[in-house]
Amino acid sequence: MARIIGGLTTSHIPSIGNATPREDDLRSDPYWKPFFSGYDKAREWLADAKPDVAVVIYNDHGLNFFLDKMPTFAIGAAAEYRNADEGWGIPTIPPFKGIPELSWHIINSLVAEEFDLTMCQEMLVDHGFTVPMSLFWKNNTYGNVLTVPVCINTVQHPNPTPARCYKLGQAIGRAIESWDSELKVVILGTGGMSHQLDGERAGFINKKFDLMCMDKIVNEPEELAKISTRELVRQAGAQGSEFILWLAMRGALSGKVTKIHSNYHIAISNTATGLMVLENAA
Amino acid sequence: MIKATLSAEHDEAPIPGTYMFDGNAAMKGYALNKMCYSFNNAENRAEFLVDQEAYCRKYGLTALQTKAILEKNVLDMIHNGGNIYYLAKFAGIFHLNVQDVGAQQTGMTVEQFKKFIKSQGEN
Repeated sequence: MARIIGGLTTSHIPSIGNATPREDDLRSDPYWKPFFSGYDKAREWLADAKPDVAVVIYNDHGLNFFLDKMPTFAIGAAAEYRNADEGWGIPTIPPFKGIPELSWHIINSLVAEEFDLTMCQEMLVDHGFTVPMSLFWKNNTYGNVLTVPVCINTVQHPNPTPARCYKLGQAIGRAIESWDSELKVVILGTGGMSHQLDGERAGFINKKFDLMCMDKIVNEPEELAKISTRELVRQAGAQGSEFILWLAMRGALSGKVTKIHSNYHIAISNTATGLMVLENAA
Repeated sequence: MIKATLSAEHDEAPIPGTYMFDGNAAMKGYALNKMCYSFNNAENRAEFLVDQEAYCRKYGLTALQTKAILEKNVLDMIHNGGNIYYLAKFAGIFHLNVQDVGAQQTGMTVEQFKKFIKSQGEN
């Protein structure tokens, strides 16, 4: 059966998408250094663990989905995924390989468990997906990694609750572990940490709350899943509610979870950045 | 009454300076957000710049939404149903990033806003 070897989380701020091609130069820049230097250990872990598949749990910010049809949970089932112009100048990068066989296995398994996903055979992936891939696979060296995009609505309230996202992750974990394959899978949860872009409270960051989340997500994720959407917005900021994507990732790790590495930095753009590498032992 | 049925969390206390983009906001801002969503396309961005008011008309924006767009007033856009993810595409046309937008909404200069962000990491 397929094996989930771990989970990775990272912020996916748009400006990082413009910075990653210049990472080597920016490492001496005091603004970027504390951010990029955090990724060395994550890349070392990946180089060692060599996952075959990345299931990427992210949110679309108005590239593939609009308010005319806004799925709560959507999954890609395509052979290839591309990014595109998002309106403010993100570069287009090489396409990502899909693995439709696994996508359909997850779909079949999840719907049987009463998680009724929107199934997408064409799907553009935005910075919520691409920035993490470019960060973990430096210089866009993700060519050998097969991907499954899982998109969770954080654009339009009501968002799915933290508890529901955690349960979705658990169901994804069960699906992958019942897949007849020898492939190794890593789960990405992208976005966060605390930030707010809109309203008079724009610029809000909550270090104490973020650090509590990074602590509890390792061994007490159920505690975090109890938080209401409103409370998450209050504590993490309007867009910090992306933390539900981290919870979905964590739900998929059903074994003994060990923290390998983490990095927290205030700030890139308006956002407190968080990076975690969690290993999942059977 | 409509408000109560469309907002799933209507009974929870508001968060100062924070707008939950719920069903009410999504209906109110539909045309505005649809216009901003069109800015994913470079040809549409160019067309908008030729005649901004005409482009707003094409998408059926209200007078208040049009005024907010012409004045580049982000808070007014939000008060009229704008969603920040779509508004970011509008801001991008004018090379305004989220820090410019944050400064505008909080009444700070961009430098003050950046300092404020950084200060929250200093304890």
